[in-house]
Amino acid sequence: MELTIALSIGVLFSSGIWLILRPRSFQVITGLLLLSYAVNLFIFITGRLSVNKPPLIIQGEAVDPALYADPLPQALVLTAIVIGFATTALYLVVLLGSRGLTGTDHVDGKERDSEE
Amino acid sequence: MTLLLLLLLPFLGCVIAACMPAYARNREAWFAAFIALCGLLLTLSLYPEVSSGIVIKHELAWLPMFNLNLVLRMDGLAWLFSVLIQGICLLVVLYARYYMSPKDPVPRFFAFLLAFMGAMQGVVISGNLIQLVMFWELTSLTSFLLIGYWHHRADARRGARMAFTVTSIGGLCLLAGVLLLGYIAGSYDLDAVLASADVIRAHQAYAPALLLIALGALTKSAQFPFHFWLPHAMAAPTPVSAYLHSATMVKAGIFLLMRLWPVLAGTPEWTWIIGTAGVCTMLIGAYLAIFQHDLKGLLAYSTISHLGLITCLLGIGTPLAMVAAIFHTLNHAIFKASLFMAVGIIDHESGTRDMRKLSGLSRLMPYTATLAIVASAAMAGVPLLNGFLSKEMFFAEALLVGASTNWWMSAAAVLMGVFGVAYSMRFISVFFGARATELPKQPHEPPRWMRFPVELLVLCCLIVGVAPQLSIGVPLQTAAASVLGERLPDYNLAIWHGINTPLIMSVLAFALGILLFKVLKYRFNLLQSIHIPVLYRFNGKQAYESSMLILASSAARLERLFSTRRLQPQLFLLVLAGLFASALMLQAMPDFKHAWSVDNVNLPFAMLWLVGCTCAVCAAWQAKYHRLAALMLVGGTGIVTSLTFLWLSAPDLALTQLMVETVTTVLLLLGLRWLPSRISARKMNLVASNRDKLRRSRDLVIAIIAGSVMFVISYFVLLHPANFTISNFFLDNAVPGGGGTNVVNVLLVDFRNFDTLGEITVLSIVALTVYALLRRFRPAQESIGIPAQQANQVDPASRQTPAEQANSGYLLIPGIYLRLLLPVIGISAAYFFMRGHNLPGGGFIAGLVFAVGMIIQYMLAGTVWIESRLKLNPHRWIAVGIGLACFTGLGSLLLGYPFLTTHTAHVTVPLLGEIHLPSAFIFDLGVFAVVVGTTMLILIALAHQSVRSHRVPGAQQDNSTAASREIR
Repeated sequence: MELTIALSIGVLFSSGIWLILRPRSFQVITGLLLLSYAVNLFIFITGRLSVNKPPLIIQGEAVDPALYADPLPQALVLTAIVIGFATTALYLVVLLGSRGLTGTDHVDGKERDSEE
Repeated sequence: MTLLLLLLLPFLGCVIAACMPAYARNREAWFAAFIALCGLLLTLSLYPEVSSGIVIKHELAWLPMFNLNLVLRMDGLAWLFSVLIQGICLLVVLYARYYMSPKDPVPRFFAFLLAFMGAMQGVVISGNLIQLVMFWELTSLTSFLLIGYWHHRADARRGARMAFTVTSIGGLCLLAGVLLLGYIAGSYDLDAVLASADVIRAHQAYAPALLLIALGALTKSAQFPFHFWLPHAMAAPTPVSAYLHSATMVKAGIFLLMRLWPVLAGTPEWTWIIGTAGVCTMLIGAYLAIFQHDLKGLLAYSTISHLGLITCLLGIGTPLAMVAAIFHTLNHAIFKASLFMAVGIIDHESGTRDMRKLSGLSRLMPYTATLAIVASAAMAGVPLLNGFLSKEMFFAEALLVGASTNWWMSAAAVLMGVFGVAYSMRFISVFFGARATELPKQPHEPPRWMRFPVELLVLCCLIVGVAPQLSIGVPLQTAAASVLGERLPDYNLAIWHGINTPLIMSVLAFALGILLFKVLKYRFNLLQSIHIPVLYRFNGKQAYESSMLILASSAARLERLFSTRRLQPQLFLLVLAGLFASALMLQAMPDFKHAWSVDNVNLPFAMLWLVGCTCAVCAAWQAKYHRLAALMLVGGTGIVTSLTFLWLSAPDLALTQLMVETVTTVLLLLGLRWLPSRISARKMNLVASNRDKLRRSRDLVIAIIAGSVMFVISYFVLLHPANFTISNFFLDNAVPGGGGTNVVNVLLVDFRNFDTLGEITVLSIVALTVYALLRRFRPAQESIGIPAQQANQVDPASRQTPAEQANSGYLLIPGIYLRLLLPVIGISAAYFFMRGHNLPGGGFIAGLVFAVGMIIQYMLAGTVWIESRLKLNPHRWIAVGIGLACFTGLGSLLLGYPFLTTHTAHVTVPLLGEIHLPSAFIFDLGVFAVVVGTTMLILIALAHQSVRSHRVPGAQQDNSTAASREIR
């Protein structure tokens, strides 16, 4: 399980890095989405993996930390996901504005001569 | 307390003056005059205390732990300068009332003037060196604004920039010097520094400190070789010149040298640096003044020369020279202010300041001419006027310097006197001779009250000149005593000391000065000469401009060399830097070869991620030519991520991720419409160049390395046993402290709710930014037309608006089904919200769920149909949400607990049973409202663009229909 998730984070991260290095603004936004998955997952796994241990306290018993997943990274990632949506929206609007203003969807606002 | 009021009054006045309407010239002037008058009266009210030798201090705690406090300190010297600052400001304000044209935006003028006065006041009454430097810089800044007041004129802009550059560089040097001084003395408090004068002079850091402080003072006082900025600052309105270059700005440097005189003076270094600068300045300034054609230019160089004289006196370093310096500062302020004002009147009434055109003005404006002639006589040092007295003192001190053998100082003094007489002659020559004919305006006497300040100042020249001991004796003595302390010498302020060497020097200077002027006028055609003999090559302005140009061009070269505005190289370097940083970290990693086991691979989980990774890689592959496909693939990865959260005991995250995934997909779908259609390279028969292939492979390698590094780090983290963190605290205290069993939610709305407040604020700001950006959105030309998918001839619904479709029963069954879904989703949202504190749910999730419900309605029926039936007002949701969250926090403050303390109540409601109602619940309600508001605002604003673009009128409309026809 650890190997799987670590490998997956690596694959998501590579795909994201490849995409943010591309010249088209839509490629970059896709890359940022993939990067945010990878980073969110990475923050999440710093609390280690635990199956069937949601951080919902069973009342009436003494709290045994071993029975619950780490709630702290979860809380961090939750807000990160929502903020991620907001920044994606902001980037999208800037992208669209730049496209309308410059007539191209190249990230630099102008095509280069030898464009891929 | 009076001191604090004295300091704050001008700044308060500045704010009020800035708020007055643009045409209120009278009101502004009266108001500014009132402020200056109050300041003057406050200063005068302190006189009894100050004259009895008391140092008034007012201390405010600022950084007590660093022994730094705001100290206001008024002694004799500060008092004398305060009177000058406030008094001349009052006169300048009165004068400016008439000088400024009704077309000038006066609120700006008076606001800057008052701010400048406040800054100057701050400099003279600072009792702390750092505070003094702060006000010093403030004078640079406000003088920049004042000199550049007529910012439509290039010369004003350039002059202001030059003054600011030179004086603020000096200010930085001063700061460094003052820090050194404070370091040596062990305190920045002025009294403490003054008390440790001997320690400072003996310290090895004395020379650098002196040099830096001298740089600050000399740049401010326009001393050689930094004098060039002052003549260019004459582009300012004349009242500003009269204020800045007589009594205040340039005198700040003099003030500083006087203030620190007891500490720094008395060493060879001091005499060399300050004395040499003073002598050079006074001679060069006086010489250049003779050859000016602009009246204000002449006064500017004469100011430089007189400042040089004062600096020279300070450089001499004897106590009597100090008295002379203070006295001359006062005299110079009085006659120079009146001269500037007189020039302003001439300029105002005749329309020119060119001495080559002006002549015979005494017949046209006899009163002004008389006043100006008296004032320039004071400048030249004619007996019975104030300038004479301080000049005699200077001559006496100059004689003392060389004793009987070394006479160079005396010669320089006489030479300065000769030049001074010559340029004063040049100045008054405009009043004599034939009446000028070719003037832009017919000159006549100015309004009564415009002349009043000049009259008053000239009267002061006369009074001080005739009865010095009676008029100025005591304040001068107090000021000198505050600097010199027990070293105050005996001196006699009298007009007649008998026939002595200084008097002979004066007479000699007069005779030679008049001779020089006559010779220059008749032999060398002074009035028409363009070049200044000998010193015309000597151009500080040119040096300044060249160095500025070199700076700018080398900065541009450096920028071209080391920076780029292109995004790709920037991101590339960023990734490389990240890789480098993690490579450093990898070295420190322990060996964990034994951990490479594949035993505990969970097959379903691995399959899940096989799908997730495939989606991600395919999205990366397809994002260029198949955006829709790439978007769906990214969505696939998102779903897998969400499932992973669910699998790994994070139900809240799973729900949030799922909802955000939905909303993001809708968002990007709305955006796709505005991107250019892209035909794949294969269809276009394009072959990638080798360079492109190389770049792609390079990026691929970088991406794979980055991914591998990320994999190794993640794996290492996972194999490492969990550390003891603060998480256990949250687990232990969630129920007893937060009153909820869902620890994640309790963390968000209770333990860390201040963070959450920040988060929702950021969300709101982003949403409003998106909204604002979209209001000015101009789509690309080819995206304006109706997309090909909507221009379908076969389907009749494609020609209908969504509203018509809704009415005509298009997609009737899904329509009804989805409309019925709204209340269901609403209830679900409420359910998620209510249970959030104890079970997965909460404000974030409920808000997203509700927003998704609304989006479905929009997708079904279109913006027009929906908004005519259901007005959502997302702005209001955001406002209410932030308001609720803040008021919950403030509520606890009201009850005496810290901001955002949570209180839990349990309420029993019939049917629903016991309801758990903490105050965090209201906070969460705020979060809910903000999330709904932001999501809806962003999406609706984007969706509205499709509706809006069809409203583009005129030619663009034709283009768009033409474009859409082509597509058909």
